[in-house]
Amino acid sequence: MDKFNGRVWVLGDDIDTDIIIPTEYLALKTVDDMKKYAFSPLRPELAGQIKDGDIIVAGKNFGCGSSREQAPEIIKHLNVKCVIAKSFARIFFRNSINNGLLLIENDSLYDDIKNDEGANIEVTINEKISYNGKDYPIHALPDNLCEIINAGGLVAAMKKRNGITD
Amino acid sequence: MAMTIGEKIIARAAGVDEVKPGQIHTVNVDYLMSNDGTTHLTIDMYNNKLKNPKIADKDKLVFIMDHNVPAENPKTAAAHKKMRDFAKANDIKLYEGKGVCHQIMVEEFVKAGQFIMGADSHTCSYGALGAFGTGIGCTDFLYAMVTGTSWVMVPETIRFNLKGKLREGVYPRDLILTIIGDVGANGCNYKIMEFAGEGAHNLSISDRFVLCNLAVEAGAKTGIVEPDEKVVEYCKNAGRDAGDLFVSDEDAVFEKVYEYDLDKIEPVVARPDFVDDVIPLSQVGDVKIDQAFVGSCNNGRIEDLRVSAQLLKGKKVHPDVRFLIAPASNNVFLQALDEGLIDIFLESGVMVMNSNCSVCWGSCQGVIGEGEVLISTATRNFKGRAGHKNSKIYLGSAATVTASAIAGKIVNAEVIYG
Repeated sequence: MDKFNGRVWVLGDDIDTDIIIPTEYLALKTVDDMKKYAFSPLRPELAGQIKDGDIIVAGKNFGCGSSREQAPEIIKHLNVKCVIAKSFARIFFRNSINNGLLLIENDSLYDDIKNDEGANIEVTINEKISYNGKDYPIHALPDNLCEIINAGGLVAAMKKRNGITD
Repeated sequence: MAMTIGEKIIARAAGVDEVKPGQIHTVNVDYLMSNDGTTHLTIDMYNNKLKNPKIADKDKLVFIMDHNVPAENPKTAAAHKKMRDFAKANDIKLYEGKGVCHQIMVEEFVKAGQFIMGADSHTCSYGALGAFGTGIGCTDFLYAMVTGTSWVMVPETIRFNLKGKLREGVYPRDLILTIIGDVGANGCNYKIMEFAGEGAHNLSISDRFVLCNLAVEAGAKTGIVEPDEKVVEYCKNAGRDAGDLFVSDEDAVFEKVYEYDLDKIEPVVARPDFVDDVIPLSQVGDVKIDQAFVGSCNNGRIEDLRVSAQLLKGKKVHPDVRFLIAPASNNVFLQALDEGLIDIFLESGVMVMNSNCSVCWGSCQGVIGEGEVLISTATRNFKGRAGHKNSKIYLGSAATVTASAIAGKIVNAEVIYG
């Protein structure tokens, strides 16, 4: 997964965990049951429009709020390839890594792409994002976080480290 | 090397002499707290995703039911049963119907210098007693439960030097909302918010709880008030030693330093739908309310209930307003009974709820409907947080909430005192 393309959905600043998945749907049995309500307070139609491999681009403080792990799980279950934001809230960041959801921080892409929802971008892991003929450099994640994402999440990484296979 | 309070706690938990921001360390966790919001998910992962799992140290685990208590539907009841059965089978401490998780942790367990993780974002409250508390998700919880450890990237520390005293009629809720309004909802993202200076030492443990509790609403990994004799006294009264009272070294490195003069803080509210959309109460305009709430881990303590009772004594809740009060724990509830506060509430028309997250969690009690307006001491006011997605939540102190419940619209408590 060194390089991939995807169609972009644009969300704003401070997309909180109650927007990603409202409290009232947390009682549903599985994450698959919940995922159709993703982002529903803001854009009720969005979850149905997201296709496999799409990318979410947002402003600052994506994922702020509660520690509910269903938030990154739902985004992963919608088969979103990655979320690119100006910044992520820290508990959401940890929960995403632990569930194998790739998050990329970039300061300037959002401002350039926010009026161009549906555009296609290319992501080169740990290196850059390319959009509209321009490159946006990205930082490499620390090795131990890459290990967790590449294993598919923290539990899988823990098993791998301990030599356990399913 | 010089270190901040948070760095010293991480170094202690990691068993090393010093740590620096940006380093990743494996730490031993002193307590692991999980509530009924997600414990059933952790148990499912424990049972289904791991081979022959074992709990590293059951004495470090605390399970607390507070989010949907008592259960409001069969799904919640099933999740509670799973939690209860697992706790019993593994000899884990379980609290049910005793209060909000962070209030119970501070009343019963937390000591200065400890590193505590909780599967709830407001675990940062434990800095009231000089501990490092931080919120995690259930996968992190599972990992810590079976290994006794977790990984942590050492955050930078942002220092808030407080001086002076809050004036009468101004509360720590006003102070922390003012700070969040100034720095923004991600102004301290992944940082430690350290509160120090004589102004911090003037604050009670309950006041400090309010500050640290909302640190996460500025994005912080934790909030810590420099511990002092008040922490020692609090822990002594609770029947335990106070732990290690770390303070920052004089030459410790802070990413930023803010200065706040407590005498200059005014009553404020946070407007819907963002905790950092903070304005002076005097500028709120004419906002009629449908419901009011005093409670939650932020403002459900005896100090808050006393403020509410003082305003309500001899008065009635406005006929167009439902006013719910939920004491943060049964200890608080008993104290309020003892002081006659509950009588005042009931006589004035307040609905007194059991000790739980109540309106702040937005799915068990006091849910608001489409187009309704709530003023609340809850922890956050996100869109739809207390019910319908097209409802509005204002946040303020217990005084502002109570005065507004009497007036039927958002007002300063001075209006009620006249």
